[in-house]
Amino acid sequence: MTVASAAAPAPNGTQPKPSRVKQVRHPNGSPWIAFGFAAPLVAYLLAFYVYPLIRSIDLSIHDYNVRAFVQGNAEFVGLEKYIDVLTSPLFPKALWNTVLFVGISIIFQYAIGLALAVFFRNTFRLSGILRALFLVPWLLPLIVSASTWSWMMNSDSGIINSFLGAFGIGQINWITSPDTALTAVIIANIWLGIPFNLVILYSGLQNIPGEVYEAASLDGANGWTTFWRVTFPLLRPVSAITILLGLVYTLKVVDIVWIMTKGGPANSSLTLAVWSYREAFGTGQPAFSPAAAIGNLLIIIALVFGLFYVRLQRREEH
Amino acid sequence: MATFAEPAGTRRPPKGRGKGRDKPVKKRSTWWKTALGVFFTALMLFPVYWIFNVSLTQRSDLRKNPPNIFPVDPTFEGYEAVFDQQLPALGTSLLVGLGCVVLTVVIAAPAAYAISLLRMKGGKTLNFILLVAQMIPAVVMAMGFYAIYVRLGLLNSIWGLILADSTIAVPFGVLLFAAFMSGIPRELIQAAKMDGASAWRTFISVVMPISRNSALTVSLFAFLWAWSDFVFASTLNRNGDMIPITLSIYNYIGNNTTQWNAIMATAMVASIPAAILLVFAQKYVAAGVTAGAVKD
Repeated sequence: MTVASAAAPAPNGTQPKPSRVKQVRHPNGSPWIAFGFAAPLVAYLLAFYVYPLIRSIDLSIHDYNVRAFVQGNAEFVGLEKYIDVLTSPLFPKALWNTVLFVGISIIFQYAIGLALAVFFRNTFRLSGILRALFLVPWLLPLIVSASTWSWMMNSDSGIINSFLGAFGIGQINWITSPDTALTAVIIANIWLGIPFNLVILYSGLQNIPGEVYEAASLDGANGWTTFWRVTFPLLRPVSAITILLGLVYTLKVVDIVWIMTKGGPANSSLTLAVWSYREAFGTGQPAFSPAAAIGNLLIIIALVFGLFYVRLQRREEH
Repeated sequence: MATFAEPAGTRRPPKGRGKGRDKPVKKRSTWWKTALGVFFTALMLFPVYWIFNVSLTQRSDLRKNPPNIFPVDPTFEGYEAVFDQQLPALGTSLLVGLGCVVLTVVIAAPAAYAISLLRMKGGKTLNFILLVAQMIPAVVMAMGFYAIYVRLGLLNSIWGLILADSTIAVPFGVLLFAAFMSGIPRELIQAAKMDGASAWRTFISVVMPISRNSALTVSLFAFLWAWSDFVFASTLNRNGDMIPITLSIYNYIGNNTTQWNAIMATAMVASIPAAILLVFAQKYVAAGVTAGAVKD
């Protein structure tokens, strides 16, 4: 979890000023050579990040329909599309669904991931292999996991309903009922996120020195107290990073929801990202301008959490 | 030499036996942990087993309630359908994945070298931009790309898809390479300089060979993300002659709501890269997750 800049200060600090003059003359020290190596990346970022972003802002402040899209003569409408989106009756619904989707997913992913990380901290027979197998859900293509969950949650012949049926629980229309569709995609998404949380928290646990635990056990602390008084506080920085990253990445999830429910039924599982996707690509009538407006609002939300993350990570390095 | 500054997480091999904590006294009582661990893993991997099970189920048994827990009377008709219909899509995905790997490494490695070892001005700013870039939702990028590709005629082309898919991996690649390269001892670079090696020569003959583990991690992720991508494929390439496997499965589900054995057989085949990675490169996968702290 380190960023390149961490190692730079040390050698710089020891060098007296005159050597910097020498550096400029030396081929390896020349700023132009360094820039030459970075130039492809800078060009790439301009062409494939900045330009698409500018286009998406451009889409959101014009009134684009399909024809205007090809000809490029859309009418300028300023912030009208944003106002349309924010005042749409769908907006509070999509926002609330996003909060639920992200919030509940993160809480469970983190809690389960942490419990498993603690469980796997002590090595036992097969622990390495089992921990590796936990990566599987994360490595599978999303279309695979999403369609599997759809089939497992099928009302009539899904395994989940037949399992619950064995306990006398009647048929639940997981995906087809507006009451449970959001729950269904959240369950699938929690499953998908556990490996990520497990791996990061596990590596965080590995960095806690063993002596700390020994000291705790000498003081007579049991497993439960040790966890709450020692492990959990020491893991706080890693936890914060895991959760913030999880937030940023869960906010932008489209595929799992789209493949399972398409945001339906009756918008019951519509999140902001899915809404944006649906407006632009999900119907026969692409409405790129509102879609771009929703997407850009989403960027702003993601960036707020993202900047928290960057600040935390910077602090970690010092 | 290659292991001296690996990203966090690879430092400890998966089986961290022989640590001071595992006293022999404890060893005796760990069998229940293994049992519990196997149980958790089985629970977690049940959906994966279910793909396998359904892929072998007879079509007439698919709607059976309760479903067969084991593939009794297995059929391979699902897999036959895969080989009849899905081979081109698998080939397309392979091509897109490999294209992304090449593009990502070619762009990311030199840039990371500039940031971490050549002390490029603005390197920190670039790092920050890359972190932020990873947070932009794919759906926004897809719209931007769509608007651009409509004009350039790049819609439904392999190249367009490779370019778009690579944006998932390039920022991650630079950050991971840079994190590793900043741990390479300066003396090594200085020595190369003394011998009269140019910056380029140093990069090719000294830095890259040392960084091959990072290169492997970056390549793995670039491939896997491109292989698994759905958002770009379903927006930029949906009417193409050559569609990737993710989109092909999606279309297949839309057209054949009854043939879930064939869908699951395709899912099995589409998961092969993940399985290979897990078996042969688990160490690098874990390293990538922790070093770049990335997801989906």
